[in-house]
Amino acid sequence: MIAVFWVCAVLSVAGGFGMVFSRKAVHSALWLALTMINLAVLYVSQQAEFLGIVQVVVYTGAVMMLFLFVLMIVGVDSSDSLVETIRGHRLASVAAVLALLVLVLTMINQATQSLALNIVPTGLEGANADEGGNVQGIAKLLFGRYVFAFEVTSALLITAALGAMVLAHRDRLTRVPGQEELSRERLADPATAAGLPAPGVYARHNAVDTPALLPDGSIAENSLPGALVLRGTTHDVREEVAVTRAAELASDPKQAQEEQS
Amino acid sequence: MSPAAYLALAAVLFSLGCTGVLLRRNAIVMFMSVELMLNAANLALVTASRMHGNLDGQVFAFFSMTVAAAEVVVGLAIIVQIFRSRRSASIDDASLLKL
Repeated sequence: MIAVFWVCAVLSVAGGFGMVFSRKAVHSALWLALTMINLAVLYVSQQAEFLGIVQVVVYTGAVMMLFLFVLMIVGVDSSDSLVETIRGHRLASVAAVLALLVLVLTMINQATQSLALNIVPTGLEGANADEGGNVQGIAKLLFGRYVFAFEVTSALLITAALGAMVLAHRDRLTRVPGQEELSRERLADPATAAGLPAPGVYARHNAVDTPALLPDGSIAENSLPGALVLRGTTHDVREEVAVTRAAELASDPKQAQEEQS
Repeated sequence: MSPAAYLALAAVLFSLGCTGVLLRRNAIVMFMSVELMLNAANLALVTASRMHGNLDGQVFAFFSMTVAAAEVVVGLAIIVQIFRSRRSASIDDASLLKL
């Protein structure tokens, strides 16, 4: 038990530090998942098997995945700016947190000394065995003494689900064009009737981040996938086109004359 | 392991969550720090349950997990809504209630 506590305590505190101090929000989420899993192990080591499983399923399973989904929507690369907007803000925050930590730790120390709780905890063997197990014991309480709180929780969850749906809903200002309309629009314009040019049909590259070249040597920007253009990770071929063009002209003096005239 | 050690760990995790809320300015990371604080409180509840030898503490921790899940859903929906109107998840940009 002592080994379990120390391993999980060190890992969960490391996860907490990683969450607070990593620059990227996705890394923060992954560090927090580490902390949550270690807390689940700590729950199980304290005879709370049901809560350990719920911790893994609800927190690392549902809540952290929700966080990651929202991070994907809001932008993975939205890292914090490190400029201090209020002078001395960081120093004051760390000082306040350290003061809080010292206060709480002193309180725990005082309480455990005066109440002599640090000798031997009562333990849950008796309570768990009364109803035949941890899950049965919690069920007895949940559907017995705390059944009203349990019912109120269901109202809370329904309200939260409705609230999330209302908040996340967005009215469309225009109608979404359907497949038929898109197809008609494409065929109406002769330039796109045969489909957009495919990317990467170029002498040196055949990757999708390389634009196609039109017959006259100009770059076809619409051959690139839109996502790559937005991300700015497309291959710039202007220089290579210029080099190839110069070599072409050098090997063919007649064409060079035409170009000049 | 004595309950005091578990309570001390809960205190350390709670302070780390506090640090995150005070230092970070990305709304989502702040939210994660709040989750860490809630988890620290749950650890303290579970420890208290073992200390006193009855399961009420575990039931409280269970309820706090439920409330935390509901809170995350609504909070993240608000963050997404703010991001849609401002194109930013930084809390410095959302200093006014109006758009």
